[in-house]
Amino acid sequence: MSFRHRHLLGIEGLSRDDILTVLDQARTFREVLDRPIPVVPALRGRTIVNLFFEPSTRTATSFNLAASRLSAQCVSFSRATSSVTKGESLLDTARNIEAMRADGIIIRHSQPGAPHFLSRRLRAFVVNAGDGPHEHPTQALLDAFTLREHFGDLAGRRILIVGDIAHSRVARSNILCFTRLGARVAVCGPPTLLPRYVEELGCSVFYRLDCILGEVDVVNMLRVQAERMTSASLPSLREYRQIYGLTRERLAGLGPSVVVIHPGPVNWAVEMDYDVADFPQSLVLNQVKNGVAVRMAVLYLLAGGREEADG
Amino acid sequence: MRSSRPAARGRPGKRLIINRSGITRALAQLARAIRLHNHAALAAKSLVFVGVKRRGVPLAERLARLVSRRSSAAVPVGAIDITLYRDDLQMIAETPIVRGTDIGFDINGRTLVLVDDVVFTGRTTRAALTELLDYGRPRAIQLAVLVDRGFRELPIQPDFTGRRLRTDRSDLVDICLQETDDREGVFLTRR
Repeated sequence: MSFRHRHLLGIEGLSRDDILTVLDQARTFREVLDRPIPVVPALRGRTIVNLFFEPSTRTATSFNLAASRLSAQCVSFSRATSSVTKGESLLDTARNIEAMRADGIIIRHSQPGAPHFLSRRLRAFVVNAGDGPHEHPTQALLDAFTLREHFGDLAGRRILIVGDIAHSRVARSNILCFTRLGARVAVCGPPTLLPRYVEELGCSVFYRLDCILGEVDVVNMLRVQAERMTSASLPSLREYRQIYGLTRERLAGLGPSVVVIHPGPVNWAVEMDYDVADFPQSLVLNQVKNGVAVRMAVLYLLAGGREEADG
Repeated sequence: MRSSRPAARGRPGKRLIINRSGITRALAQLARAIRLHNHAALAAKSLVFVGVKRRGVPLAERLARLVSRRSSAAVPVGAIDITLYRDDLQMIAETPIVRGTDIGFDINGRTLVLVDDVVFTGRTTRAALTELLDYGRPRAIQLAVLVDRGFRELPIQPDFTGRRLRTDRSDLVDICLQETDDREGVFLTRR
């Protein structure tokens, strides 16, 4: 078992063994989080910078906590308070931050490929915390971790991803991650929000939630991303809820072993009714707790070892 | 305690220094010394063992069995992985995989016997002590080792030593245990 990547840019570049290495390490960090003093000295003296060009609460906080619990120093930067508003370019911003001796950069950006661009130009390691509609690898890893914690193994599990697949980096990373772990993945959403690539990735495609909901072990709801959508792709949020929402009625019809996950933040009464919050098989809060452990594993695997260590 | 057992010197290669029955005898002596020294804690059921991963763990289990043999109290055994507390994490090329710590009991106020197979520089023991103190505040921590091979780099000495080996700094000392290696013996490799 080893992890030979310098950066975490997406699930796409990871093998099944890489994914399992991260998930196994995350299990040991989950144990750390339950200790009386939930901090270990592994990354003492390391500096990690959170570069968030798009808004985020849980991902930024989660990375921040993960770094702190590994004893690294973590500085956060958000778009609103930065020189980006004065027209500084991404590369300039990153170079300046690196000149302050950052060992790692966690970046969220609206442009697909922004983390890849930085990784080719900086000495620091780069973690993609979401690049436009492209990838969000740590979300996929924490979802896989949460499902493995519940089921033991993902092989043969039937996972349904519901919602705006086309604009969702979570959908893309999750499809790659779940299929690599042997799960059978189906997607469901309005035809205007289903990109053509999903079938090439081995997913079956459904346009009506009620046709497939009774056949699955996991329902992975996605956020309706009003901010990324052109008005033409969706008739109305009310109609969306009727056809694709996890409503109180649909929830009542789910089998007792079906679990629900959602990357958050939830648009209540759009993609999910509020009843899901009290649903015993909702793993949403487990996802949040596991997120810190998974990000600790990622930071540990990338930041540990010598600076010259490459691969 | 038999002391200063001279390792066969001058010849290269891997040699068996202590065989299966030697390990069994050493553990019996260790258990006797631990029991004698911790009589009160054992009677008060406040004695616990923690083995340092990996080979300290089966040794801790064996010692706990031996120590509790003639008393009614089962002695709890935990396992500690010190990887995240190593002082050389930033100097080694590849990030070591963490196997995880598993201490399923409260260590506060307990007398804790930390068990490792070999004590060498003392750095592993230092890391284990730091990690244990993040778990709580034991009444006392004692160190038990199967083999002390010398060359300490920190002011750390075991309370209970199975065998002392006279070695060179560059020698390798390998402990094989039934539970982890499918065979039993202490080996010394000259380099």
